[in-house]
Amino acid sequence: MSALTDLIPAHRPSLAQSLFAGVVVPSLCAIGVGTLMQFGVGPVLGDYWTSVGVQVGIAVMLAVSLNIVNGFTGQFSIGHAGFFAIGAYIGAGVSYYGALLIWNDASAMAHGAPLVWNNSKSWLFGAGEWLMIGGAILGACVAAAFGYIVGLPSLRLRGDYLAIVTLGFGEIVRVLLQQTRPQVFDGAELREMSAGELVIPPLGGATGFSSIPKYANLWWVWLFVAVVVFFAYRVKVSSTGRALLSIREDEIAARAMGVNITKYKVRAFVLAAALAGIAGALYAHSGNVLQPRDAGFQRSFDCIIFVVLGGLGSISGAALAAVALSIMTEALRGPEPILENWIALLILTAVISIVAAILRAVGNRGWRITLLMAVTPLSILLLGLASKFFTDATGINLADYRMVVYALLLIVVMLVRPNGLFGLTEIWEYFGPERAKKPPTTPPTASQAAAAAPTEGSRP
Amino acid sequence: MADFLQILITAIAVGSLYALIALGYTMVYGILKFINFAHSDIFVLGAWTSLTASVCVITWLKLDTQQPPLWLAPVVLLCAMVVCGGVAFLVERLAYKPLRKSARLNVLITAIGVSLLLQNVGQLPGFTAAEKDGRSLATVPFGPSPSRMPSLLPDTSLISVPFPSGDPTIPAASVQVNLVDVFIFVSAMVLMFGLQHLVYRTKLGAAMRAVSFNTETASLMGVPVDRVMSFTFVTGAVLAAAAGFLYALKYPGLNQPAHEIWVLLGLKAFVAAVVGGIGNVRGAVLGGFLIALIEFMGMYLFSKYLDPLMGTNMGTNLRDVYVFSVLIVVLLVKPSGLLGTPVREKV
Repeated sequence: MSALTDLIPAHRPSLAQSLFAGVVVPSLCAIGVGTLMQFGVGPVLGDYWTSVGVQVGIAVMLAVSLNIVNGFTGQFSIGHAGFFAIGAYIGAGVSYYGALLIWNDASAMAHGAPLVWNNSKSWLFGAGEWLMIGGAILGACVAAAFGYIVGLPSLRLRGDYLAIVTLGFGEIVRVLLQQTRPQVFDGAELREMSAGELVIPPLGGATGFSSIPKYANLWWVWLFVAVVVFFAYRVKVSSTGRALLSIREDEIAARAMGVNITKYKVRAFVLAAALAGIAGALYAHSGNVLQPRDAGFQRSFDCIIFVVLGGLGSISGAALAAVALSIMTEALRGPEPILENWIALLILTAVISIVAAILRAVGNRGWRITLLMAVTPLSILLLGLASKFFTDATGINLADYRMVVYALLLIVVMLVRPNGLFGLTEIWEYFGPERAKKPPTTPPTASQAAAAAPTEGSRP
Repeated sequence: MADFLQILITAIAVGSLYALIALGYTMVYGILKFINFAHSDIFVLGAWTSLTASVCVITWLKLDTQQPPLWLAPVVLLCAMVVCGGVAFLVERLAYKPLRKSARLNVLITAIGVSLLLQNVGQLPGFTAAEKDGRSLATVPFGPSPSRMPSLLPDTSLISVPFPSGDPTIPAASVQVNLVDVFIFVSAMVLMFGLQHLVYRTKLGAAMRAVSFNTETASLMGVPVDRVMSFTFVTGAVLAAAAGFLYALKYPGLNQPAHEIWVLLGLKAFVAAVVGGIGNVRGAVLGGFLIALIEFMGMYLFSKYLDPLMGTNMGTNLRDVYVFSVLIVVLLVKPSGLLGTPVREKV
């Protein structure tokens, strides 16, 4: 068409290439992560830590999904638990009532072939588990639809108003879930219900939705963690991600540059809501009773603190914050399981420290951040010890003070590092060969500067 | 008819409380240009401080628990105002002032952090402040369990209008105007007119309006911006403390954790401020009454007409849903609120 497009060489990959890079490789990676967690890490962890591992995975998914709205786009959503709740209840409803209608029996595990915690006696995929996946996909779609609805006001509202709307949305979802009908335990009774009765679905109300099959083990949860993280990363480095980041930096300038603000803000909400819906569906299958309270403001706040601490816009930072804070919460709540595993934590610290030492020896910049990560298991151990001695000495449970500490952390991080610990930077961007100590003494010539210009902005 | 009027009276009393809290939101927004999320926690702090102060005074001076003297109410109110004003001053100085030049998102996150800090510090197991027969009656901070405010006003109704029903089998209903409702309405009105006077008739009020209009120009004209901002912040907190005290008089059962009911109540007051037009003092008052009317009328109409139709019993449980739906509708239709002026964004 124009002369300009002729000048740019076509680098479009073929369909097979993009399928391979975009679907096959990430799927294999996700399956690898799930398998590693289930068969490699799971047996080492033991029952208690396996259940913690499942919750940590769900926290990572929530943190990464919220990061799309709060981190990339700079919109402030504090009702993320609403999307989580929608996904959770739809996932639970599909897999519980589906089992009830198909097999007339929804008792836990009857139709899955679950890798129950450590009990890896059977194969992976049962019909019940496919029901869970179907529920997760449906939950993600419905949550995305709600994300669209919540995203719409964001076009007219700036930061703080939007925060209130999302907060209101989260509360409305919670209150409405509390008004649902009691759960039905009998397939025949369910079939006899009229359509009018099903307008208010039997989701258990305030007492909760019980006996949901416990399919969400390490394999499924961490498989989805890998999928969600990969997805978020692809969003970040795509043209959509650049548009979102431009909205975050300056909305007016972005609009002046031709970014369709409406489209991208809504898109961010839809994506984040869908991912939160998946996290919710898995959460529903990880415990026994699902209650509207599980998706209260507390959970929204937990997501916010993961994102803010880890870095507004850094996927790996938010994920790391989610992992560390979830485990630290456990360390405060009951230090005994931590203290029982003190050898494992020390070994972890030692291994990461050795990696840091090697990185330093080969002159890689990443050794500092690796050393920082080595401190994390050690500090969890110390926190567990402190918590135990403090409780023994004074009778006060440190878990009571957890939220006080989190709130203080939030304020201090905002005062000291307004973009979170990692900011926009992904953790692996800290790695790489050591930079030259001396900056170039001569200023770059105009042609050099022009040549360097296109690479700016693609890397922070 | 009788129950309708009774609900209307309650709505007016609660509406005047919403208006008081909304004033704090609107004043802070007008001057500092951000939503003070911690405001509803200041309101809750006011309620809990009133409870602790009244219990302490009653225990220390060995007053009559059933009929405490009338001077106790103003003393407790003053106490709540002083505590909340002090806490708000510290919050403004330590958390908000260093962020005055940073992005709105950061201030917002800090505000949420302050809100959670206040909530969770309030729930910590505390030191006993008043005890009787070895049993702790009040603690500082307030502890994790719910408590009950002693009644400071006699529980009398000033006006009682009987409504005879046409059917002799149904007993006659009556509409009662309680002393508490009148007290709430009158005190809220006094405070609101006081604020009106402060903002529009005093030199300090002129400085506040100047800072709200343009901070930099006001500073160039010699207005002590920092002091005016602190003063505005503390004034809003004092109004919220009064609202907390009055609310505890009307509904003496105080819950913990507070965020489930009480902080939500403060957020409804925020909705009132937005509906009236944030930054507008009269709009906040109008919005307060409007939101309370919508909430209570929604509860009344839903339970009376829709619940029997659907065979459910959820009219009263949906009260938050009505309020937040109104918020979303107003924001979509007229984002600047009823009395607010639309803001042009300058490039």
